Amino acid sequence: MADFLISRLLYAAAVLLGVSVAVFFLIRIGGDPSALFLPPEAPVEEIERFRRLMGFDRPLAVQYFDFLGRALQGDFGMSLRYDQPAMKLVLERVPATLQLGATALLMSLVISIPLAILAAAKRGSAIDRASLLASLLGQSFPAFWLAIMLILLFSETFRLLPPSGRGTWQQLIMPAIVLATYSTAIITRLLRSSMIEVLQSDYVRTARGKGVKESRIILSHALRNAAIPTLTVIGLQVGALLGGAVITEEVFAYPGVGRLAIQAIANRDFTVVQAFVVLMAALIVTINLLVDLSYGLLDPRLRKGK
Amino acid sequence: MRDFLKRYSSSSLAMVGLAIVLVAVFAAAFGPWLVPFDPNTQDILQRLKPPLWRGTDGMHLLGTDALGRDIFSRIIVGARVSILVGVSAVVISSIVGVTFGLIAGYEDKYAGRVLMMLTDIQLAIPFMVLALAVAAVVGPSLWNIIAILGLTNWVQYARVVRAECLVLREREFVQAAHMMGISTPHILTRHLLPNVMSSVIVISSLLVAKMIIFESSLSFLGLGVPPATPTWGTMIAEGRNYIGNAWWVATIPGVAIFVTVMGTNLVGDRLRDLLDPRLRQVES
Repeated sequence: MADFLISRLLYAAAVLLGVSVAVFFLIRIGGDPSALFLPPEAPVEEIERFRRLMGFDRPLAVQYFDFLGRALQGDFGMSLRYDQPAMKLVLERVPATLQLGATALLMSLVISIPLAILAAAKRGSAIDRASLLASLLGQSFPAFWLAIMLILLFSETFRLLPPSGRGTWQQLIMPAIVLATYSTAIITRLLRSSMIEVLQSDYVRTARGKGVKESRIILSHALRNAAIPTLTVIGLQVGALLGGAVITEEVFAYPGVGRLAIQAIANRDFTVVQAFVVLMAALIVTINLLVDLSYGLLDPRLRKGK
Repeated sequence: MRDFLKRYSSSSLAMVGLAIVLVAVFAAAFGPWLVPFDPNTQDILQRLKPPLWRGTDGMHLLGTDALGRDIFSRIIVGARVSILVGVSAVVISSIVGVTFGLIAGYEDKYAGRVLMMLTDIQLAIPFMVLALAVAAVVGPSLWNIIAILGLTNWVQYARVVRAECLVLREREFVQAAHMMGISTPHILTRHLLPNVMSSVIVISSLLVAKMIIFESSLSFLGLGVPPATPTWGTMIAEGRNYIGNAWWVATIPGVAIFVTVMGTNLVGDRLRDLLDPRLRQVES
């Protein structure tokens, strides 16, 4: 287990190192990064001054290790727009996004797990077909359009919910629904098919033959085994949720990191974009690491040795 | 092949999906010659006219937008960008992902590990922000959008193809080819590739649906195809400001996206059931 833990940790660190390279080159794919930060009409002398100020005139390798060294200390430079450290701006917005993401994840688990269990247990029934149809629809909505439709319905027409902002629970409902839709569809679908597969396995047949109650078979035999592939996808969905938060936050003017990132891109405030990407990547890598480690808890075979 | 078509058509939902896809492709191919109005002609006197079923006079089937442009014509012409971007980006993704997957699955040592690490790096970066940032850096244009979406969505191909190659590698026909001294590129393209094609087709059909949503999201945020070309995402962004008094401007293009994506998903689901039921386990 210790070997496994160490190798996973080293791997996670290597992935983050890779992310840092990607983020470093992100602002350099177009050539000179100075031109990117400054407005197009900036005079040549100013671009030149800015280039020296930011150290963009040094060799690429020197620039990268300088960037990496600072990044490891959480220093991504100043936001040119807000004149504050980029990472500080991102961190200030993190709680809002975590609140939204956690609400959406909880919402999708509360809906998808019982729905998938019911659908798998009563395969071919009306509820099974309804769950398949619902997950097909859920996967086909463009999130930003769903958001606008909810605003049209609940804010413009019925005036039940505020269309934007953050602070009250009413303001959390619509963004959370939009964010949860896709994940709910994916998780329902996957858990259903894993459950169906497990319910046809030999050990479930044996348990049935021994007269174990059906509810116990489903909840303790089948669900536990179907949970492993589902957990991987939930881990991946966290990444998707954080990515989806970008658009959802923008439409609902919800002050989270996603909206900050979009504004930063629009304002050419790329130090903030870099800080955002690295922080999100660290979060996603950590969550996937935890998912990897939790397999051991679900599947005793993975616990021993490597 | 006939047997396959027969089995495909036994699902009525899958046939509905296919019909939707064919209509969308037809609109994308022949749109400009089909439309009743020029999609970019502005007519201020006709601005924000509701769709015809709302009982108004006029000639605009689905109404007009804030500049008096005919929404029906813009929807038809807008299909072109969605389908073109969706399909082209998937072609790029599949070439990159399948190449990575074949190499990583066959040469499991260093190349394999490096390539798998690349997929984890890709997955750790929030896709939408990456796409938006790259679009902002290189500038939005049709080909840039296709390249960005294509180069950021290859992970699923790489993972699935690698997993299949790890199994295929041990089979006799591959082992025999290797012993006969056949070169690795030849083994990859002639022996392994045909055996992973059904998975590739299934992933591609489902990925086209996602790409259509991604393209419309980028357009919606103003970093997609430049505004002179009508796209469904841009139409929604423009209509958003009139949601209180002219709901149809933002609603109708969304219905177009939703229906097209659903049709594509229906086709993809059916292909998955027929070609490769195991793939249910690997979607992300």
